[in-house]
Amino acid sequence: MEPLRIRDHVLKSRLILGSGKYRDYDEMLAAWDAAGTDCVTVALRRVDLEHQREERNLLDVIDRERYTILPNTAGCYSAEDALRTARLARELGLGDLVKLEVIADEETLLPNVPATIEATRVLAGEGFTVLAYTNDDPVAAKVLEEAGAASVMPLGAPIGSGLGILNPTNIRIILARAGVPIIVDAGVGTASDVTVAMELGADGVLLNTGVAKARDTVQMARAMKHACEAGRLAYLAGRMPKREYASPSSPVEGRFTG
Amino acid sequence: MKVRIRVNGRETEVEPEATIGGIVDSVVPDRARVAVERNKEIVPRATYDTTPVAEGDVIEVVTLAGGG
Repeated sequence: MEPLRIRDHVLKSRLILGSGKYRDYDEMLAAWDAAGTDCVTVALRRVDLEHQREERNLLDVIDRERYTILPNTAGCYSAEDALRTARLARELGLGDLVKLEVIADEETLLPNVPATIEATRVLAGEGFTVLAYTNDDPVAAKVLEEAGAASVMPLGAPIGSGLGILNPTNIRIILARAGVPIIVDAGVGTASDVTVAMELGADGVLLNTGVAKARDTVQMARAMKHACEAGRLAYLAGRMPKREYASPSSPVEGRFTG
Repeated sequence: MKVRIRVNGRETEVEPEATIGGIVDSVVPDRARVAVERNKEIVPRATYDTTPVAEGDVIEVVTLAGGG
């Protein structure tokens, strides 16, 4: 399958996985391997002053030869905090990629779109490759692209909800108007959700909880891989038109049964 | 006279000649595993040992964590 290109970054897999909510690092690595991903998201947090010396650092766990690290600004409720987080990630040696999230409130975890646009503009000006998390709103997606986002990431459904692609029509409109790769991010609960996003023509899917909270994470990761490939192939193949009435698959001519 | 600062939200007292480098070394074994802010401004790793701290400074030492 052709790779996903986001500016200078080339991803062989169109599935991006998170690193949160796994029972341990071994389970996480096994899931990534099964998903066939080569790009993973991480968060930035304070060093735990009590336990830091005992814990394995995620930077030592992730094989940087194999995985592109996509730091997020999750947990930021203002443009300023998102800018700080992105700059810290770059200082940490994670490169210019950032998954920009500016969250509006804790209950919905929905994006604060105006603040996301503002932060996109600043970070793009500072040379970041911004992947901007946003609503499934075609207008917001276009404004983010114009503000300098290298990729726009509309949500399928709220973060961690597993509700799937709630507004496929809007995703389709976003895709039709997009000049940058569109990666559906958040809300993906199971394999068919990934397929729906990819069949619509999404350039990729980012998910975390759908794998990390599956009963068998590795099995679900494998399912997600196939779902992503199936959806992409179906999109490229071009589906048949839908019709209101039945249409026989066997010839009508030559029937001998009256 | 000690200098009072906050490191990762925790109030602490350090010697007046303390640097960011000393503070980082006191909380993590490997400088390459963290990034540091002093009063919301990035402190580049190369300047840790020459960056002093002042009364009331707010220092954040951050690293990677699992996330989506």
